[in-house]
Amino acid sequence: MSFLTAIMLIPLLGSLIVAILPKDKTKLIKQAAFATSVLVAAITIGAFVNFDSSNKADQFLQDHSWIPSIGADFSLGVDGIGMALILMAAILVPIVILAGWNESQSGKWGVKTFYILILILETMMVGVFSAEDVFLFYVFFEAMLIPVYFLIGGYGQGNRAAAAMKFLLYSLFGGLLMLAAIIGLYVISGNQTGHSFDINTLSSLTIDQSTQNFLFLGFFIAFAIKAPLWPFHTWLPDAARASTPGTSILLLGVLDKVGTYGMMRFCITLFPEATKTFTPIIIVLSVISILYGAFLAIGQKEINGLIAFTSISHFGFITLGIFSMTSQGMSGATLYMVNHGFSTAALFMVGGWMISRRGSSKIEDFGGLQRVTPIMAWCFFIAGMSALALPGLSSFVSEFLVLVGTFTRYPVAAIFGTVGIILAALYVLIVVQKSLHGPTAPGNEGMSDLNLREKVAIAPVIALLVLLGFFPKPLLDAINPAATHVMVHSGVTDPAPKAGK
Amino acid sequence: MTSSHLVYLIALPLFSSAFLILMGRKADKWGHIFATLISAAVFGVGVSEFMAMHSRAGDMRAVTQHLFSWISVGTFQVDASLLLDQLSICFVLLISGVGTLIHIYSIAYMSHDKDRRRFFAYLNFFIAAMLLLVLGDSYLNLYVGWEGVGLASYLLIGFWNQKPTYATAAKKAFVANRVGDVGLSLAIMIAFAQFGSVTFDGVKAGVHGASPAALTALGAMLLLAAAGKSAQFPLQSWLGDAMAGPTPVSALIHAATMVTAGVYLITRSNFIFDGSSTARLLVVIVGGITLLFGALIGTAKDDIKKALAASTMSQIGYMILASGLGPVGYAIAIMHLLTHGFFKAGMFLGAGSVMHGMDDEVNMRRYGAIGKVMPITFATFGLGYLAIIGVPPFAGFYSKDKIIEIAFNAGGTKGIILGGATLLGAAITAFYMTRLMVMTFAGSKRWDDKAHPHESPVLMWLPMVVLAIGSVATGFLFNSGNSLVNWLAPVLNPNNVESGSELMKPIVVSSLALLAVILGVALAVTKYRTVPVEAPEDVSIFTKVARRDLLQDAFNETVLMRPGQILTAGLVKTDYFAIDGLVRLIGAVVSGTSTFLRRIQNGYVRSYALIMVIGALALIATIWVVTL
Amino acid sequence: MDISNYLYLSAILFTIGAIGVVVRRNAIVVFMCVELMLNAANLAFVTFSRINGNLDGQVASFFTMVVAACEVVVGLAIIVTMYRSRRSASVDDASLLKR
Repeated sequence: MSFLTAIMLIPLLGSLIVAILPKDKTKLIKQAAFATSVLVAAITIGAFVNFDSSNKADQFLQDHSWIPSIGADFSLGVDGIGMALILMAAILVPIVILAGWNESQSGKWGVKTFYILILILETMMVGVFSAEDVFLFYVFFEAMLIPVYFLIGGYGQGNRAAAAMKFLLYSLFGGLLMLAAIIGLYVISGNQTGHSFDINTLSSLTIDQSTQNFLFLGFFIAFAIKAPLWPFHTWLPDAARASTPGTSILLLGVLDKVGTYGMMRFCITLFPEATKTFTPIIIVLSVISILYGAFLAIGQKEINGLIAFTSISHFGFITLGIFSMTSQGMSGATLYMVNHGFSTAALFMVGGWMISRRGSSKIEDFGGLQRVTPIMAWCFFIAGMSALALPGLSSFVSEFLVLVGTFTRYPVAAIFGTVGIILAALYVLIVVQKSLHGPTAPGNEGMSDLNLREKVAIAPVIALLVLLGFFPKPLLDAINPAATHVMVHSGVTDPAPKAGK
Repeated sequence: MTSSHLVYLIALPLFSSAFLILMGRKADKWGHIFATLISAAVFGVGVSEFMAMHSRAGDMRAVTQHLFSWISVGTFQVDASLLLDQLSICFVLLISGVGTLIHIYSIAYMSHDKDRRRFFAYLNFFIAAMLLLVLGDSYLNLYVGWEGVGLASYLLIGFWNQKPTYATAAKKAFVANRVGDVGLSLAIMIAFAQFGSVTFDGVKAGVHGASPAALTALGAMLLLAAAGKSAQFPLQSWLGDAMAGPTPVSALIHAATMVTAGVYLITRSNFIFDGSSTARLLVVIVGGITLLFGALIGTAKDDIKKALAASTMSQIGYMILASGLGPVGYAIAIMHLLTHGFFKAGMFLGAGSVMHGMDDEVNMRRYGAIGKVMPITFATFGLGYLAIIGVPPFAGFYSKDKIIEIAFNAGGTKGIILGGATLLGAAITAFYMTRLMVMTFAGSKRWDDKAHPHESPVLMWLPMVVLAIGSVATGFLFNSGNSLVNWLAPVLNPNNVESGSELMKPIVVSSLALLAVILGVALAVTKYRTVPVEAPEDVSIFTKVARRDLLQDAFNETVLMRPGQILTAGLVKTDYFAIDGLVRLIGAVVSGTSTFLRRIQNGYVRSYALIMVIGALALIATIWVVTL
Repeated sequence: MDISNYLYLSAILFTIGAIGVVVRRNAIVVFMCVELMLNAANLAFVTFSRINGNLDGQVASFFTMVVAACEVVVGLAIIVTMYRSRRSASVDDASLLKR
């Protein structure tokens, strides 16, 4: 059995086991779900170790006939980009389960459903990052909405039903455009090579310019909503405010990466000519996202809203890197996807603990936590430092790669992006000062510091933030060939240094 | 040459810092001693490396250590590797030497603070980051240390961040530094785009093929970085507020080491500035403005630490100016940096000693006649004072007079302007330092009876004595036989050591400088014979402006902060009303339409039947019309 | 006699049935009107069968009868249940499915 099959099937089996457990044994349910996710994480790490970085082709391939009448296959495989993202997702799921051990109890449908949804979601996350068949990708892309919709709508707080609906409608709208584009591709493939949805077949089609443009937009808008890129972002802050921390982590950390992943794997690979046409616009939108997200983050009054807008700023960096079409930019952007997952996870985890202890998500309700709960304060501080891309932490490597790659081709965009790092310092330090420093705010005095479970949950994330800051090499080695492959496929090469030796 | 010991310079304090933080309260009893020993060990490694280096021939002295491959994407290859050459060894010794002294001092100074262990953890972290800054062999490695010291500075300025103003000061320092960091980031990007490399060697090798415009841009960005870190115009405003940190921090970070990193960056990048006279001119302008700017602020400050901070700003202005004067200036800048490291750190420790005895009072108007009760502090501070105003044969005389000399020797109008500015700066320096001395140590006692000033414990005065000896001896040491200039020559200007034309004889310059100093001292002594306890309000507009730091904060507030706040608030509203508003409008239209159409579903079977009949008739009518 | 008269009769019956469905409130009467419409359709089928000279229309009318029978079974059951629960056979009273 291939690694990918195992990684996909085990969460599904786990969710079945959880489903047959009695409803009132909540502890057992949690343990079963946690054990499943740990097993998956272990197998995924094994897969990563077995992943051949020197080989730029997709690996762990498997192909089953699925709907032969339309030529859709159930075919899976990963390149370095997909491998890195699956690895991140598999590591985040057990951490999310452990960090939010009690957050499912407040939900509408009980503990059991929560863990079934999480495990099903994990299967789909693996599927979406490993689908070799565009139709299969589309199915996972849309099916993922179902568990997330219920996770937001059933287990969040505040106006969760409206937020879940907004998320669903935005995503469905994008999905619909993508479906139209997929059907368009299908028709074209029928005329040229015989009906197929295989990504490799589709990427070798010759499509005329104007058709490419339409199809590109179909895919791109779906991904831009998912990513989310300005101005398609307004569902994200609402969803982040309404979700439980765990759902937010999976939503922003993993699911949104489907958007940026799709841009690399589908938009650029399938439509190289259209990519060239739209790149200037996308670069501008990315820069706007970076600055706009940062300014909005500065203006937020709530912790979750702030984290959501920092993510919009960071997604701006990721799209900037991808469409810079340089090896540094693309590898950096992919690494950024992984690093952003961990760094946002840390922020949401600690933010969630702070909110649940204080009973309020307003920043102004916190103060002086460094002296009340030093460990929690340290964790929040480190997570914040990672959000402002401090050298030595992982996000620096990726952010700098993105900027350096962008600079070699679009210096002006890179300069504007670099200004974003000042704003990043502001949005992090303002919230750090308000919540951690100063005199102890009323209502903060009796707050308890992190307990053992919480420490165990946050420790691996912080360790990864530091470790990947100094040794990003294993990940970069896996990512580089895939990123270069995307570039080479669309006939682009890195700009040469201007001053010759 | 390679060495396998360089990594210990960084790894020892880094792990010690992490260890002390992770141990938590368990290490409270011995954390400070552990950290001090680590710092001393680092100094030991530094000294042994220096000995080894000294015993080798001039061009064999640089050693490197390759640690691991850090980032490698396409042609962007950055290794974590260290470079110790004649320039960085100066810094290694300064940082670890002064650093160790300040560790020792802090054991006593912070003895009443229950977070002393955390303080020492931060100090060790700073040492590690600062050493990485000077040991990195590429701009990106330097950048890691560069932001690392920024973080250490942030943590230490905000060490007592339960006080909101202190927390704000820390944040301000970090943000101002980040503006500088943008410069360094962009410089690295330009270097990569131009030369395909970000190591010092790689950039140096590519410089000859680069266009002057590129080199100017590169130099300007490096200057921006230096301005942020070294509190130079226009990013200088954070340094005064940074005095919120404990005094040993001000001595180590905001006087002796971190704030001079900008000078290191410029001298390290000498090959870039050598290639662009425009960039050099910018450096000189920034240095010149700052040296006067800082000196003027220094004349009006009553807070002893803020007066010293203004002085630091001004002295670094001297260094920046010197480093902008090209090959002759780099080594002089470093010389002033080193001597300044001794005397300014010594004076800050002295100020801390006074504060320690005076219940943390910082207002000099409430001091007076402290010299009698704190003789050792007075003596060591006095030696530092003589050094900074440039009285021969103390350290500042050698280094500052050299700067004035090469400023005049720049030639033409430029030389006269720069020489005049440095000379004026020397006079103002003498004025404000004398003012500080007189107000603190001389005159009549102005403290109230609650204060019981006393001499500080030995752990505090011992480092002060060592630094005072340094303030006396280093100038002579560095200058005898041009030893420092020759030592640095292989790194800074291998080809043209003595290229500067000599327009003014050193003796003339020294006489002029001495005259300026005497003027300044005399003016201060006469003016501050008596000091009112409350600062007089009926002062000239110039004093008022100088008290407000020459309006630097007011400027930043009106030009940057307010518009930024308005922009932020505006964007928050735009997001809610315009972008999300549009989305909500679409939703409202859809749901409004459906509310309207819903009325048809009234539940009466008969009306449904009627609609069916009408529909059927309409269908028939349509078919009829169409077929006709 | 002109065979089209049967069609006219069928049309008149259908119209009477349709008007009855729309105008009357009593469910039983509405039901009978529906039956009237179905039978009008049957008459039309048979007439057309005669006009065209084949049996298609007659077969169709058998289908209609079967459908009508089924409908009577289900419909009367609904009416009886409705009458039991709310003591009324008025169709306007059963308007709960709105909005």
